[in-house]
Amino acid sequence: MSGDLPDFIFGKLDWDTLPFWDALKDPTTFKIINAVISGGAGALVVLGALGVVILVTWLGKWKYLWSEWLTSPDHKKIGIMFIVIAIVMLARAVIEAVFMRAQQAVGLDGGFLSPEHFGEFFTTHGTIMIFFMAMPFLTGIINYVMPLQIGARDLSFPVMNQISLGLTAAGAAIVMISLVFTPFSTGGWSGYPPYTERAYNPGPGVDYWIWAVTLSTLSSTLTGINFAVTIYKKRAPGMKLFRMPLFTWTALTTAILMIFGMPPLTVATALLALDRYLDFHMFTSDLGGNMMNYVNLFWAFGHPEVYILILPPFGIFSEIFSTFSGKRIFGYPVLVVATICISILSFIVWLHHFFTMGQDAAVNAAFGIATMLIGIPTGVKVYDWMLTMYRGRVRLSVPMIYAIGFIMLFVLGGLTGIILATPSVDYQVHNSLFLIAHFHNMLIPGLLFGMLSATNFWFPKALGFRLEERWGRRAAYSWIVGFMLAFFPLYVLGVLGMPRRSLTFFEPAYLPWTLIAGFGALVILFAMLCLLIQLWVSIRDRHQNMMTAGDPWDGRSLEWSTSSPPPEYNFPVIPEVHSRDAYMSEKEQGKAHQVPDEFPDIVMPANSAMGVIIAVTGSAMAFGLTWYIWWLVILAGVVTLVAVIARGFVRKTTRVISSDEVRRTHLAWLECVRKTTPVDRSKEQSPENQGLPVPPVNGAVQ
Amino acid sequence: MSRRALSKKRELSDEEAKELVAERRGYVWGLLAALVLTLIPFGLVAYAEIEPLTLYGSIAACAIVQIVVHFRFFLHITLARNKREDLQLILFTLLILTIMGGGTLWILFNLYYRMMPGMIP
Amino acid sequence: MTRTAMRHPGLNLGPAHADAEDTREEMIFGFWVFMMSDFVIFGLLFATYVVMLGGTAGGPGPHELFEMKSVFIETLILLTSSFTFGMASLALKYREDTKPLVIWLIVTLLLGVAFIAYELKDFHTMFGKGGVPSRSGFISAFFSLVPLHGLHVLAACIWLIALLGQIAVHGLDSFVKTGLLRLAILWHFLDIVWICIFSLVYLGGLT
Repeated sequence: MSGDLPDFIFGKLDWDTLPFWDALKDPTTFKIINAVISGGAGALVVLGALGVVILVTWLGKWKYLWSEWLTSPDHKKIGIMFIVIAIVMLARAVIEAVFMRAQQAVGLDGGFLSPEHFGEFFTTHGTIMIFFMAMPFLTGIINYVMPLQIGARDLSFPVMNQISLGLTAAGAAIVMISLVFTPFSTGGWSGYPPYTERAYNPGPGVDYWIWAVTLSTLSSTLTGINFAVTIYKKRAPGMKLFRMPLFTWTALTTAILMIFGMPPLTVATALLALDRYLDFHMFTSDLGGNMMNYVNLFWAFGHPEVYILILPPFGIFSEIFSTFSGKRIFGYPVLVVATICISILSFIVWLHHFFTMGQDAAVNAAFGIATMLIGIPTGVKVYDWMLTMYRGRVRLSVPMIYAIGFIMLFVLGGLTGIILATPSVDYQVHNSLFLIAHFHNMLIPGLLFGMLSATNFWFPKALGFRLEERWGRRAAYSWIVGFMLAFFPLYVLGVLGMPRRSLTFFEPAYLPWTLIAGFGALVILFAMLCLLIQLWVSIRDRHQNMMTAGDPWDGRSLEWSTSSPPPEYNFPVIPEVHSRDAYMSEKEQGKAHQVPDEFPDIVMPANSAMGVIIAVTGSAMAFGLTWYIWWLVILAGVVTLVAVIARGFVRKTTRVISSDEVRRTHLAWLECVRKTTPVDRSKEQSPENQGLPVPPVNGAVQ
Repeated sequence: MSRRALSKKRELSDEEAKELVAERRGYVWGLLAALVLTLIPFGLVAYAEIEPLTLYGSIAACAIVQIVVHFRFFLHITLARNKREDLQLILFTLLILTIMGGGTLWILFNLYYRMMPGMIP
Repeated sequence: MTRTAMRHPGLNLGPAHADAEDTREEMIFGFWVFMMSDFVIFGLLFATYVVMLGGTAGGPGPHELFEMKSVFIETLILLTSSFTFGMASLALKYREDTKPLVIWLIVTLLLGVAFIAYELKDFHTMFGKGGVPSRSGFISAFFSLVPLHGLHVLAACIWLIALLGQIAVHGLDSFVKTGLLRLAILWHFLDIVWICIFSLVYLGGLT
């Protein structure tokens, strides 16, 4: 009886869950190395969290943090918080990638990582990169930019937006906590049963994975609804669908993919949880379970997901190619149609992730052909981007370097995708490093370069000063070179027959290639370092890179028509749109920066603590479920329910910003713009550029 | 909004009164149609001696008609021009469902016939 | 009907309630989108159920587990509740006083609770016959699909109680009106899902 109470309080938690405990009990060199790595990671999490708490307390900023950020329904702040989560998680997952490359670089007949440790590395790396780096990053950027581009004051459901952020934060927190109370799953980011079933994997790892992913999925579903409704219902007058900037178009298609692509994952992980917790037999290998259905469901999500990840970068690059070539985007309608085609096609190709499952050739052929079809609209896009640059005055600033890197590398990756889409070839190279090379070739130059160039592009809008260019270039080139060094060898290794997720190997011919890849990973680590230095230098030198006038790149869409950073309500008066590239045509007609006839009172959503509550209860519930701490689960559930119901009783959900305040702010900004010296594009990267371009009619495009 | 709700019944204009009658009639018709469409398949399964394939067909047909009835009379989805956007939303969902659900059945039953004959019902 | 009166599917409150319609039209559209996302979840569970039909693993199958009578009663309860919710919607639209609205809502709530009670009784009977999810993949599939619908009904009932509470505290303001409109969509939608359940799971299984 004596053990009952601690069991009740702590569930399955005990000393063994600490990352160094095993090595303390049985200190062999091998175990100590692994314990130092995982214990160091756990210590970093604890120290990092403590550091943040101490720093905020020391600066006395708790109140500011609470009222200006955590409870703010402002889409811009929520967007920035999403991006902060993404960057923290990116740093962790890149470091994990370096460890995996290091392991394989010395992995001939051994290596330094234990199999469980290596398994955790590739599982967390994949899970984080997809669900807690890519998704928050693109959600954050769409959150920030899309309402500004369509001339709206906020998203349709600001509080739901907070809840989305809270759910993502909770999921990310769970993944971080798993470094302290180990272990995380070793089942890969796709978590295939029966390996992830309770019979083979009774520990907490898979449960961590299930709940982290579930939180992220719920967040993305809500986000998708929010974005889609906003774009449908909140466009400024005159902003017809075919006048929307391309980034907004891709945001719309991504939102639709989120709405319809997330449910299969919700179903798959929920059923897996039922198997593990309530002894169901959905995917077990006995008693009528069918694990292949999990694979089917997972990829019915997984393929739309791939396009959720890649469509926003397509939109971002469309904006960047057009802006930095000083030209209208070439073939706007075609690009829109291509975007829509890709999003529809993305629903009918999921079987290509499991060509080798055992279905007959006709099924494989159908899905193989559907997969290759996607190459067509994508190819159309690539040509449109190239034709946008053709005869343009191309300015090689940081976003453009990423964009050009993207266009070359992405086409290469796409070609290897066509190879993999052939079922008979896929039988040879599936589950090998060839596949790893292929999808990293899509996701790093596609998604990640897209996100980084978007950060460089819109950073001055969000923070009011430009990012430093020199370190930006270093980061960009290091990313491009590092990517090529790290992943091109994997194509070779894949064809040589090296399986993915290999802890170790016994074929000496692999060694030179794994060494090159390992070196590439170091270059990528250097690129990450450059990004950090770029951020640091930019903040240090922010006064000479100020950008208050708001339009550093001679931008084309409405977000550049506001101050930097924009006021909470974005636009003092909702703009009227008469054409595509709305702001550019205002500038061309000399109508930019006009004083509105009258200023209205503006109704904005009031602050709310819902997001924070959901973040806390979400992570508490996930943690409780993982460790079987049932009182915590029930408590968190009750608090959530009460909070949601109580929220329904709240009536004061808006606050009014008086027209006087709006007028004062706007006139002050216009005064500031009037004092700014306009610059032409040759001075774009110099401190003289304070965000006011020479009007285009006077030949601003040098 | 205040609680101005002391008067027993709002004064309905003639137009509104007509609408009320029409809408109420809609709900009643919906209920009756749904009842009939429920009774038919239950009755067929309980009492009729017909071959399974026809029976499955009639159950499915009744279900589909009843779903349309619910959408039309309870959820007020019509073909009216200004509601097309939402009808499109529903039809798009049906398309996705057909792709995902139909695809799942196709893929997995194909797999069963080749690899897992024990799973064929 | 005027154009403004028909801006979104589901019940439109019409010009007399312009305050609720104008400010919160997005909510109803958003809720429809959410319903469609939920619909996909149900659709996939239906497909999964069909795929798992053969996974009885020698355990009890549909004929041993399902009872037509109680399913029929559940169907009637749910259908009636859809109708009474319709009547509540009409009371909301055409009556100024809350009394008929509240009465219809309470009738609906009772029907909802009765449905859940009946369903629980049904599950209990199934458990008694050895129909527990740990027995086979087929029963697992059943218990991942049908109770999810029951959970939705439960959530709808809780929401209904919360809205009754809001009516008591705030009266019939625009928040309550849009809340009721969204709940109506959910309620009718759940009835549609039930049509699929009784046709495919129960009648299909008993054929």
